[in-house]
Amino acid sequence: MADQEFKKKSSRREPEQVEEETTVATNESGEALKAELDDLLDEIDDVLETNAEDFVKSYIQKGGE
Amino acid sequence: MAVPKVVGIETEFGIMQRGSEEWNPVSASSLLINSYVRSMSRHVVHQNSPVAWDFVDENPGADARDELSEDSSPPAVETHLVNAVLTNGARYYVDHAHPELSTPECRDALSVVLYDRAAELILIDSMAAATASLPPGEELIIYKDNSDRKGNAYGCHENYLLDRAIPFGQIITAATAHFVTRQIFTGSGKVGTEWPDHSVDYQITQRAEHFEEPVGLETTLKRPIVNTRDEPHSDSKKYRRLHVITGDANMSQVATFLKVGTSAIIFAMLEDEMFDRSIEFRKPVEAMHKVSHDLSLSVPLELADGRKMTALELQWDLFEQATRWKQERGLEAVGEECGDKVLTRWQQILHGLETDPSSLSNQIDWIAKRRILEGFIDRHSCDWSDQRLKALDLQYHDLRPSKSLAARAGLERIVDDVDAKLAMTEPPRDTRAYFRGKCLQNFSEDVVAANWDSIVFDVGDEPLRRVPMLEPLRGTADHVEGILDQCTSAAELLERLAG
Repeated sequence: MADQEFKKKSSRREPEQVEEETTVATNESGEALKAELDDLLDEIDDVLETNAEDFVKSYIQKGGE
Repeated sequence: MAVPKVVGIETEFGIMQRGSEEWNPVSASSLLINSYVRSMSRHVVHQNSPVAWDFVDENPGADARDELSEDSSPPAVETHLVNAVLTNGARYYVDHAHPELSTPECRDALSVVLYDRAAELILIDSMAAATASLPPGEELIIYKDNSDRKGNAYGCHENYLLDRAIPFGQIITAATAHFVTRQIFTGSGKVGTEWPDHSVDYQITQRAEHFEEPVGLETTLKRPIVNTRDEPHSDSKKYRRLHVITGDANMSQVATFLKVGTSAIIFAMLEDEMFDRSIEFRKPVEAMHKVSHDLSLSVPLELADGRKMTALELQWDLFEQATRWKQERGLEAVGEECGDKVLTRWQQILHGLETDPSSLSNQIDWIAKRRILEGFIDRHSCDWSDQRLKALDLQYHDLRPSKSLAARAGLERIVDDVDAKLAMTEPPRDTRAYFRGKCLQNFSEDVVAANWDSIVFDVGDEPLRRVPMLEPLRGTADHVEGILDQCTSAAELLERLAG
């Protein structure tokens, strides 16, 4: 049964051509994605709460649901 | 045959009053909600001015298994805390020590996403209004998350309308199969573990570690994968409301869409007798924990019949069953157009998880959060024990626009904020929430109480009049817009409805 499940997997995937396009797009945009993450991390350094340790420690939520 | 999947989400939010040494979450939650109600007095209705939530139908101790197991303890209903009914049909209230917002009843998953986003906007406005009333230096902060990472969890519950005739045992099987495995796309991600004596850098969900039982009535202790609370909030001879407590609150709209959309399909399949009930875990609770701890998505889960399959393989199996169900029965039960979008997205996400999970960092919360955390680790040459990562984890869920990391993570949006702003005050047109919302908009002075399945009017000399709304799909715009438009008073409306 499990073997049958595995064999069927290829039919579950997106059509091959879609996969190729995705791969190309990923390669082309790899650098852009890295730059985007760098920008995001710059911004996060600016907005990250100061005194992270105290900030995390003080977050206590009792009495849920 | 599958009944239309009327759905809704109830979210408990984390709350902090920063800058104050002495604060308590109940007062802070009350301040939050009262501040919003006051700032929006023309658009919302509140217990003191004058609409109260009507508790006559609240019975969270009722157990779907008919008899209570000995160690079950039903949650208490607190009737004295702030409880507002909004003109969009939602309920906004203090539940235990958290602010909670229940969306109005929605007809499909996309509508749930719209009203979930409207809920975020309501909380954002509430925070600003409440903070404005605090002394300088103090601030109310709301987090859309599920755990304080110290062992205290709170919920994002989903509700699905089901056919009462389906045996509860079958619901348990289908729900468990999906809830354990859907975590791979519904998880919001969490740094570390809340289990003592365990070591985990990062895991897929916030909630999984808080589940201890396969089935049960509790929501706060010994949490069960399948919750048996039996409060239909509708015609109890025809319907069941399945109360789902396993999900994480999602920042990603795609994740919310898939969480609700795929679950609605699974339950419709079950009602149409097209769910393969052979998917049963040998140890469901352990399987749930394993899935959350398995970032590689490759750990096999043991099934009762001896097979071993990963969560991803089981999700592909469920997806294939759903595709067959669509071909044979159509998607009417989950909304044709929306159902098609769910299936397309479901396949795309499973494909992404299988081939390159990082490609989903704009759609799936645990992957979006992990990208930020790993980027931070690289940049600052730290490791997973760094406290700043825990702060980033929490701040991902911060609803303040100036601080929210989720808002900066490049997450795809599938509903427009212009529509979501409108949905803060306007009810869905295609469920009974329309009637509730419009009655509050038009006749709030004559409405004394409202709940999910009725509205109580006071029109002067007569006794109070309760208008029952036991059918979740009656009271839609199609049914009552014409009548509502013609009536200039609640008395006239009641007369027309009686006639």
